[in-house]
Amino acid sequence: MNRKMVSALAMAACMAFGLAHAQKTSVQSIEEYRAMLQDGNPAELFEAKGEDLWKQQRGPKKVSLERCDLGKGPGVFKGVFLELPRYFADTNRVQDMESRLLTCMEVLQGFNAAEIAKTPFGKGEQKTVTALATWLAGESKDGKFNLPQQHPQEKVFYEVGKRLFFQRGGPHDFSCASCHGQDNTRIRLQDLPNLTKNPGDGIGFAAWPAYRVSNGQMWGMQQRLNDCYRQQRFPYPGFGSDATIALGTYLGVNSKGSASIAPAIKR
Amino acid sequence: MADPMRIRAQLAGDKANVRVLMAHEMESGQRKDSAGNLVPAWYINEVTSTLNGKVVLTAEWGPSVSKNPFLQFAIKGAKAGDKVGVSWKDTKGESRSDEATVS
Repeated sequence: MNRKMVSALAMAACMAFGLAHAQKTSVQSIEEYRAMLQDGNPAELFEAKGEDLWKQQRGPKKVSLERCDLGKGPGVFKGVFLELPRYFADTNRVQDMESRLLTCMEVLQGFNAAEIAKTPFGKGEQKTVTALATWLAGESKDGKFNLPQQHPQEKVFYEVGKRLFFQRGGPHDFSCASCHGQDNTRIRLQDLPNLTKNPGDGIGFAAWPAYRVSNGQMWGMQQRLNDCYRQQRFPYPGFGSDATIALGTYLGVNSKGSASIAPAIKR
Repeated sequence: MADPMRIRAQLAGDKANVRVLMAHEMESGQRKDSAGNLVPAWYINEVTSTLNGKVVLTAEWGPSVSKNPFLQFAIKGAKAGDKVGVSWKDTKGESRSDEATVS
């Protein structure tokens, strides 16, 4: 091989490299940015806080939540996140992680659940619920969703959630499905997962609670779903409402077999 | 009292990679609340890190550092089992110190 050929080859290699470099799509750049954020996810701060709150003796009755039954028996916290929302016989309703935590805070610790449910997100005891949910989600990280669908109420909630997902309304006349009903779409830089089927590991239902970098807030699924209604120009259905739990059931059942990455980090 | 920090110190060759997450509001003093009143500034303005009690890093921070800040740096010559301490002080005079072991 003569010298000229070598340099020509080197040039070609450089050009190929340059091309490959230029071909990095905006989606890849976003992925890169997200990977960098992942390393220092402030959700960890909320996890640590949640774990502490679980063990702390709090509320008018001064007891911890260590006897709280989240679906797998009193005090069991590993893996419960992957099987919620589910039907609870003691309250006779389908509950998700956050509404169930509220029940425990009322029954065990003596807090006023209705009062806390009315508290705006990110204020007062709502912060406690979010931190607890964040820690509990972290305790089931990388596990696969397997929501129960045996009880008739659980089936009803799935069906109601599905109908709510496709219900169009509001001044802009759109539904959840308007944005989350097709593959490979996005709004500005945000990928829009198709939530009418299983979106895969760590997407949609499998990514909340999540820390929002842009506003420095930790959001649970209840706030996420209520905010979807705000974007639809509807009033909040409210914390732990049947509507948001039904939607959660629909999304959770659709995600069956997908791995949870919660607590995740978002833009 | 302020919430605890999360400190990880991982050995990589002859240095330790230290990653710190601090829980802090970091109010810049530029924002207004819903009533239109200025939210007073409240941020971390002093960060110190030590290796086995000896200061290895000091930083003066301002109001433009994000909420719940993440700090990463490397300490040369750290060995497994060494203690890495991080402490901060904010504009209200509150402070927090936490420690981690190099592994």
